[in-house]
Amino acid sequence: MSSNDIEVVITGLGATTPLGGDVTSTWDALLAGKSGVRPLEADWVARFDLPVKIASQLIVDPTEVLPRVEARRLDRSEQVAIVASRQAWADAGHNDDTVEKERLAVIVGTGIGGAITLLTQDDLLETQGLRKVSPLTVPMLMPNGPAAHVGLELKAKAGVHAPVSACASGAEAIAWAFRMIKAGEADVVVAGGAEACITAIPVAGFSQARTMSTRNDEPEKASRPFDVGRDGFVLGEGAGIMVLERRDFAEARGAKIYGRLAGIGTSADGYHITAPDPEGVGQSRAIAAALRSGGIDPADVGHVNCHATSTPVGDVAETVAIRKAIGDHPVLTAPKGALGHLLGAAGAVEAIVTVLSIRDGVVPQTLNLDNLDPAVLLDVVANEPRKIKLDAAVNDSFGFGGHNVALAFTPA
Amino acid sequence: MSIDGKGTSVSDNVLAGLAEIVEEVAGVAADDVTAEKSFVDDLDIDSLSMVEIAVQAEDKFGVKIPDDELANLKTVGDAVKYITANA
Repeated sequence: MSSNDIEVVITGLGATTPLGGDVTSTWDALLAGKSGVRPLEADWVARFDLPVKIASQLIVDPTEVLPRVEARRLDRSEQVAIVASRQAWADAGHNDDTVEKERLAVIVGTGIGGAITLLTQDDLLETQGLRKVSPLTVPMLMPNGPAAHVGLELKAKAGVHAPVSACASGAEAIAWAFRMIKAGEADVVVAGGAEACITAIPVAGFSQARTMSTRNDEPEKASRPFDVGRDGFVLGEGAGIMVLERRDFAEARGAKIYGRLAGIGTSADGYHITAPDPEGVGQSRAIAAALRSGGIDPADVGHVNCHATSTPVGDVAETVAIRKAIGDHPVLTAPKGALGHLLGAAGAVEAIVTVLSIRDGVVPQTLNLDNLDPAVLLDVVANEPRKIKLDAAVNDSFGFGGHNVALAFTPA
Repeated sequence: MSIDGKGTSVSDNVLAGLAEIVEEVAGVAADDVTAEKSFVDDLDIDSLSMVEIAVQAEDKFGVKIPDDELANLKTVGDAVKYITANA
């Protein structure tokens, strides 16, 4: 079977997000217009007088779901990866016997990795000395930790990988899953992203870069992609995992199929370490590549699930790229208005949202889009979800470093 | 072997204390932590967890467990004996 004949379908979804402890509750809260952004209660906010006092925090703490001993051996970014992957694996109807381990791969990306572990263990070293540093420090802080733990649990032996491309990591993981299946290297890939770094140094660093919203007095209104009043992103945490498999493999075992990952595109800006190219050249190349690889006519793309993080420059640049690669017809949404920015998990969680939009024929509203930026010349869903039958939809993800990933989904 | 005022031997106290640490670190029920059990083969404790258990045991019992000694502590009974002798 040549790679052109191999189709990649989605058979399982899992997530834990600031909107819900699983996919269904997250999706329902998104459609209901809920916000995951809440005040940061941590003591370090006041201690360092940080300008950002809000974050999009998990609604179900992973330590409430995982057994105590398992949780203490995992960094929080690994905890959320395990929680979401167990949901996705069960949702796909897989068990220990449904796929040969040599044909099963795991690809889980993260942007930052185990920052909380690094800081906690550094504190212990400084205050109590070497003896108190956990022997699990390195496996907890390494950015391949979430992938490695999921891979170990599933005994995946076709490969375990951890793309690190900042806020594109989760989407890049899904792109690599597509490539592995297309290349015949795996029949089933568990792929997505995980992030949990709401702690002092990332918040301080992002603040110093002037990338975060400081709308501290109205947390639920702080993340407002495409709105004229946007002033930066809101840091979030969580994980999104999907099970992707060869269509014939999934059909042979009678799996339910959510949708199809028809094509993927990746590119790099070669422009600036943090700023997006305002002309959206690299981004549009990724989107165009995704459509080309999926054999999708741009005219058939009814919807783009945007990366739009609520920063002044980034949101508009993305719309320029969309117009260039697809045209003026797709209907947009930006889930970060409700979810905040889950960094390395964002692309995976938003890919799940895109798949559900196609399945249910509904595009969630962009939360807090009260006054559309006049520089945005496209139709962005606001106020309430919009029913729309979709033949194809694209999910964008971009990351610091100029990493661009576009995923093109079609119905089952 | 010395006996405390309640008629419990020191090694019984060490065993109980060690069992608490093993339960905390590795999630093995304290009742299962008995003298004849091998840490690795019976209780499924890996080398990383053994380091944590040793550090906690040092603090709890005021004993030093150098790495070369730790490597010899194959069973719970070995550890109890070492701690009782060196505390």
